[in-house]
Amino acid sequence: MALLTTTRVRHYFGGLCAVSDFNLELRSGELVGIIGPNGAGKTTVFNLITGVYQASEGSIRLRDVELVGKTPHQITALRVGRTFQNIRLFRDLTVLDNVRIAHYAQVRYSPLEALLHLGRYPREEQRIIENSRRLLSIFKLEHLVGEIAKNLPYGLQRRLEIARALAIDPELLLLDEPAAGMNPNEIDQLMAFIQWIRREFKLTILLIEHQMKLVMGICERIKVLDFGETLAEGPPEAIQKNPKVLEAYLGEGAVG
Amino acid sequence: MSAMLRNGWEQLMAQRWLMPVLIAVGFVLAFAIPEYNLFNKYVQLVMMYVGINIILTVSLNLVNGYMGEFSLAHAGFMAVGAYTAALLTQKVLPIAAYPGLFPLAVLAGGLVAALLGLIVAIPSFKVRGDYLAIITLAFLMIVKSVIENIDFIGGPRGIPGIKKLTTLPWVFFWVVVSVWVVRNFVYSHYGRGVLAIREDEIASDLMSVNTRRVKFLAFMVSSFFAGIAGGLFAHLLQFISPRVFDIIKTTDVLIMVYLGGIASIGGSILGATLYTVLLELLRPSTVAAMLAWLPAVVFDPLNEYFIRHLGVWRMVIMPLALVLVMLYWPRGIMGLREFRWFIPKRDLDAHHRPTTPGGSHGTAHDH
Amino acid sequence: MSEVVVYWLQQALNALQLGSIYALIALGYTLVYGILTMINFAHGDVFMVGAFFCFLAATYLGLPFVPTLLLTMLGAALLGVMIERLAYKPLRQAPRVSAIITALGVGIFLENFTLALAPYPKHIPPLLENVTWDLGGVSLSSLQVIIIFLSLGLMFLLDYIVHRTPVGMAMRAISWDKTFVPLMGIPVDLIISVTFAIGAGLAGAAGTMYGLAYPVIDPYMGIMVGWKAFISAVVGGIGNIRGAMIGAFILGGVEIMVTAFFPSTYRDFVAFTLLMILIVVRPYGILGKPRTQKV
Repeated sequence: MALLTTTRVRHYFGGLCAVSDFNLELRSGELVGIIGPNGAGKTTVFNLITGVYQASEGSIRLRDVELVGKTPHQITALRVGRTFQNIRLFRDLTVLDNVRIAHYAQVRYSPLEALLHLGRYPREEQRIIENSRRLLSIFKLEHLVGEIAKNLPYGLQRRLEIARALAIDPELLLLDEPAAGMNPNEIDQLMAFIQWIRREFKLTILLIEHQMKLVMGICERIKVLDFGETLAEGPPEAIQKNPKVLEAYLGEGAVG
Repeated sequence: MSAMLRNGWEQLMAQRWLMPVLIAVGFVLAFAIPEYNLFNKYVQLVMMYVGINIILTVSLNLVNGYMGEFSLAHAGFMAVGAYTAALLTQKVLPIAAYPGLFPLAVLAGGLVAALLGLIVAIPSFKVRGDYLAIITLAFLMIVKSVIENIDFIGGPRGIPGIKKLTTLPWVFFWVVVSVWVVRNFVYSHYGRGVLAIREDEIASDLMSVNTRRVKFLAFMVSSFFAGIAGGLFAHLLQFISPRVFDIIKTTDVLIMVYLGGIASIGGSILGATLYTVLLELLRPSTVAAMLAWLPAVVFDPLNEYFIRHLGVWRMVIMPLALVLVMLYWPRGIMGLREFRWFIPKRDLDAHHRPTTPGGSHGTAHDH
Repeated sequence: MSEVVVYWLQQALNALQLGSIYALIALGYTLVYGILTMINFAHGDVFMVGAFFCFLAATYLGLPFVPTLLLTMLGAALLGVMIERLAYKPLRQAPRVSAIITALGVGIFLENFTLALAPYPKHIPPLLENVTWDLGGVSLSSLQVIIIFLSLGLMFLLDYIVHRTPVGMAMRAISWDKTFVPLMGIPVDLIISVTFAIGAGLAGAAGTMYGLAYPVIDPYMGIMVGWKAFISAVVGGIGNIRGAMIGAFILGGVEIMVTAFFPSTYRDFVAFTLLMILIVVRPYGILGKPRTQKV
């Protein structure tokens, strides 16, 4: 069965239809991209999947669990992780705390144990710290453990955000414009990085991007949105030649 | 020589056994002081007020400092705790026969206050910031009005003649408990959730934090200890009325929180102590007593033109001093920073960089 | 007229009077909040000081009504600007709570400073001849008329200033985006001071009218009135001028209605409960808009 299935999802903001008839079937392990001009509704789709908005119509299923109607933290607890278009780190907290917080749903002690620091508390806390540090070292951020997140340079902040998303131990990872603000060199590294984490963490990845080089380079399938509607869907080669897409938007950065 | 001393001092401060030892010493002192009258009664009274204010400040800091809300309801929770405890010791419990039941009354006050904390938490799911401030203010006023309208518990006249059951050891005990529990909460995943909510509530939700549960717990713990403080307060002052627990009382606690430093347990202790002691120090009687050693030719005009008027002017000086402090330390004296003793060793170690050949030390631990 | 109608009209008049005073003060809160996103908790005490200025002008300078009113408004405006310059301006970059606590400190300072200088409540001499008319059973006093119309006049004047003058436009521009406004040549500091001056001046006017309607004043009178005016501003949608006016009249109406039906000790309880419900149902106030976050 597919990992993520959205069926005829529509969402309205007041009278404005932000997303219409969004259908997607993501199979486990796929790397799919969503592109389209600004305001096409791409981030809205992410927000719908993760429960920030409740879809006006349609259904979003994670395997056989209906996501529409669930709160964001419930959905995240089902192992859906995401990053944001504008980095939303916990800016005044340390690098370590940013990653630790994402472990919330996995913690196994009760409020009473928390208030007394007894029972399962010491073990679980240690486990979280170790897992967080492990993640940070994988992302080569371990030396910055005690740094305040807002003091990190932009590129490292983006990396930290991905590390934090992975702390949820996700099956499905939603990346929202991970390459924003990067130069061509960094984009190459990011492309390799995304494919590496997909293998390493056995992820299914859905990503929004404007950088065509990245999208065409690593996505197996691409969905094109404009004004909330799906213009086209298919492998990169087909999308590149699709007249409707070319007409609407091909975005910045030369292809190839 | 001085380098050695400084080194020795730093080493001493870093010892983890220091805190339990200090607490033990504290308990011994808490019993000894009233028993042997090591300080006069007035000083003992001030110490107990300091303790009660510490409990109030540490608990409010949880919601206003760590969670970044602006709750004005604290005096309301204190009132609920005070009235519950006072009614229990006056009308229900056989206190005269078993004074040992006092802690139960105080505990009951805290529990009732915690239940009400649940109620205030609910609007916090939908609204934040200034609008939540209004709701908490409304809650405070409602509590006050409800008490005023129930004649059975004294109405606007209040409850006089409460037995003086609060002692220094009890105050010290509850101070230790409140500081310990709040600190435990902060350094647990609920505490991290609270911080995340303050930083970015939506992102927290999306990082699996159950924001509703965290808010419930934070409000409950906060109001629980406000209730405890209320119970202790009632049995120290021996008289409570709705007027005691109004917006001015909340403002007092707010000042202590922001003065000492938001999101800092050490800061709360500092703020509560400073505020209470300074206000007491500025009383005419205290200043007069402290300067009594001066020769009459100096003391008399000083008394006439300055000290005698302190009664009124100290409440003019205090807010001015507060404003000055805010101008220099906008987040409070210890805002967002913490004494190392309060931080669990595990957290301190976790924030150390991996030991490299150069040897590196964890950077500033901020909240 | 029937007794019921008379009764309700009478209450409506009382509500208008009370609401007018709340509105003048609420406007000060909402103006400052709109431009600085800051709750000026000292504002209620500026109102109180205004009432004391009125007392001074009437008693020691023996001035008649109009000069007293103007002098009080001027004095209050100056006080407002002074507070802004000394206590709030340095904290503009600081976290909001610092400004809030500072405001609370300034308020406490004003209360106790006034208390130190005036240990006993003061009585404001009658500055206006109070004529009472009987309109079919409804008693209307000239004082009520003056309060209501003067307040409405000031509110219309404010509305005009904010929506139809360059200064008002600058104020609104700053409330929307403080960062870029200076780049367009608008003297932000000046406009902010003007805003505080206007808000405080209105509070001073409210102080005068309060002093005429309830002639005994004391240094702590600003606390409850201030908080209630603040609530009015929030109920109407804080930052929204018309909202503040609406909120104030609603609160005045609620208070009067409650006293009409319940024992006076229930007044605050019912009023605050209704407000709590209102905020929970309409979290951003009547005319307020949520500052939406883009996710």
